[in-house]
Amino acid sequence: MSKLLIHGGRVIDPSQDLDGVFDLLIEDGEVAKIDGAIKKPKGAEAFDASGRVVSPGLIDIHVHLREPGQEYKETVRTGTMAAAAGGFTAVACMANTEPVNDNRSVTELILSEAEKWGYARVHPIGAISKGLNGEELAEIGEMLRAGAVAVSDDGKPVMNAELMRRALLYAQHFGVAVIQHAEDLTLTGAGVMHEGEWSTKLGLPGIPGAAEDVMVARDIILAEDTAGRYHVAHLSTARSLDMCRRAKAQGLRVTCEVAPHHLILTDEEVAKSGFSTNTKMKPPLRSARDREALVNGLADGTVDCIASDHAPHHADEKDVQFNLAPFGILGLETTLSLCLDRLVRPGILSLPRLVELLSTGPARVLNLPGGTLKTGSPADVTVFDPDEKVTIRAAAFRSRSRNTPFDAWTLRGRPVATFLGGRRVVV
Amino acid sequence: MSPQSPQRWTRKDLLGIADLSAGEIELILNTADSFAEIGERPIKKVPTLRGKTVINLFFEASTRTRSSFEIAEKRLSADNINFSTSGSALEKGETLVDTAMNLQAMAPDLVVIRHGHPGVPHMLASRIKAGVINAGDGAHEHPTQALLDAYTIRRHKKKIAGLKVAILGDIEHSRVVRSNIHLLHKLGAKVTVGGPRTLMPVAMEKMGVDVSYSLDEAIHGADVIMMLRVQLERQGKMSFPSIREYFQLFGLTTERLKAAKDDVIIMHPGPMNRGVEISSELADGPYSVILEQVTHGVSVRMAVLYLLSGVHEEAM
Repeated sequence: MSKLLIHGGRVIDPSQDLDGVFDLLIEDGEVAKIDGAIKKPKGAEAFDASGRVVSPGLIDIHVHLREPGQEYKETVRTGTMAAAAGGFTAVACMANTEPVNDNRSVTELILSEAEKWGYARVHPIGAISKGLNGEELAEIGEMLRAGAVAVSDDGKPVMNAELMRRALLYAQHFGVAVIQHAEDLTLTGAGVMHEGEWSTKLGLPGIPGAAEDVMVARDIILAEDTAGRYHVAHLSTARSLDMCRRAKAQGLRVTCEVAPHHLILTDEEVAKSGFSTNTKMKPPLRSARDREALVNGLADGTVDCIASDHAPHHADEKDVQFNLAPFGILGLETTLSLCLDRLVRPGILSLPRLVELLSTGPARVLNLPGGTLKTGSPADVTVFDPDEKVTIRAAAFRSRSRNTPFDAWTLRGRPVATFLGGRRVVV
Repeated sequence: MSPQSPQRWTRKDLLGIADLSAGEIELILNTADSFAEIGERPIKKVPTLRGKTVINLFFEASTRTRSSFEIAEKRLSADNINFSTSGSALEKGETLVDTAMNLQAMAPDLVVIRHGHPGVPHMLASRIKAGVINAGDGAHEHPTQALLDAYTIRRHKKKIAGLKVAILGDIEHSRVVRSNIHLLHKLGAKVTVGGPRTLMPVAMEKMGVDVSYSLDEAIHGADVIMMLRVQLERQGKMSFPSIREYFQLFGLTTERLKAAKDDVIIMHPGPMNRGVEISSELADGPYSVILEQVTHGVSVRMAVLYLLSGVHEEAM
């Protein structure tokens, strides 16, 4: 029987309202006991977590692993290494691979790759529509049986309202969420950044907040009519957040996630960075007002989880003029430090609330195992230091890509170790 | 040929007006003054930039700006080479960065660039040693146009501070308006922009201008009126229903001009759409300084080339 004692750390587990200095005993890959002072059993390994936080393994429910098809950007291997390096023990990966994860065989391929490397758990998200074409439903049941955990056409919105209605109905047979990349493409047009003061000053075509809002509004109406389970990916505007808040109050099964970059940066960053293509993503960096609303949404509980939308792109693809660059930035290796430094340190979020947003919350949204340290649950554990200074070095990322606007940022707080089923993950 | 001004030019590039100080703008305008006379000589050539290489890199069609730069370069005796999109490496799939590195390898002194995408001159400037002059980047900036406009206004009004300038038309797609707003504000003018709501970018007032949706209101009391070209090629069918209706609502006519000051001047960066944003009667009439703008464009671009080339420093 393999045993591991993680001792002396501040254990925070929002799933059981736990916050205090405890020892955590792991036996055979499961949490065996949490207590004030556990004597190290004979033959057990020990990990000293003094001065650090011990939390349920962090979960990022919105990443792009790019495999199959775009292995030059990322693979299941490098993506899960990045996850482990960033303190994540599980990720849910989007379906916009090549070929699209719209059938069982692609789902199985992703799972077998993840299994092979064992750096983090991977939960594939299946496509809503065949080939992400937005026209006909993919074989959702088969993908879920093969191990997918939700459905989404992420990268593309489901523009067709009737298809969305059908997806919200059909997904209920399996109890999974329909995740929408909420964007009305007719309002986006040729837009490349948030439409506002800075798009006006820079002369770049804008993506209005309304592009997201009209889609969220439409979908909430459909979720109400279908009693469907609806989740808004990378929610970025104050108004969409308000609509989610009201939908929740109304008792609808609506949840939402927010990405760290939308909580930290605003559209002004495009100008400040001198048109850096690492400030280009979808949805775009929004106004200061939106950013503030999202931060408040974290604190007041409207936002269910933080998800990074980890979107690797090759340097050659990003090293072009702003208009032509692909949308998206990396997230797995910066999320925890950014949240600790920019949200916890200034007192916006408590540590337990941050842990909830990064573990218990995402597990709840997709109904995943994990996000808890309850006795008998898989010992997926993250240890992080809430104070230690770290400088982001994109060149040293485990990810195969380097596209981050946070390179060279010095932050306080960093991941220290992840344990997957009681085994320390080394990357 | 050394202009008398306390301000010294220290920049490698001219990427936009937004970055410049009032002193730098005045330095360029004063320098242009000393070059203007060359265009009136029988032999319109000085040796100032002899041995300097200038590349004109135009990724967007341009007749006026490109010819103006070419003439300015030739009058200063620079060696110049022209690249345009047609048949260039870019159309063969080369990235802009590769194009930049290849140009750099030929060791030019200056690169004049026009591109349809905002930020491209900035990207180029950060990659190459040569000085970069922005000749228009998307709807972002067109600094030499704003400078030649200011030069023209100064010639007529003797000053810029305190003037009321109305800039009218397709604001959304115009780089000219953005550079002009920066410049006119830095030199103390008051700017009103006007045009259809469908061609007015959001948050325009954040640029410090008055925004009007009525041509008559915008023109009222104006010292200077700048008409912007309706960029017909950039319009979908959703900005205005027809050219006829556009002219009725937003075209500059003799009747409408009565609201402006008696000594108003009418400007246009060209190319004009006669009968769309401006009537021919006004374009060719006594208030129009449109062709003068073109003439001054050469002097202003000579000044910019001269300052960026560093020869004034070398001579010291």
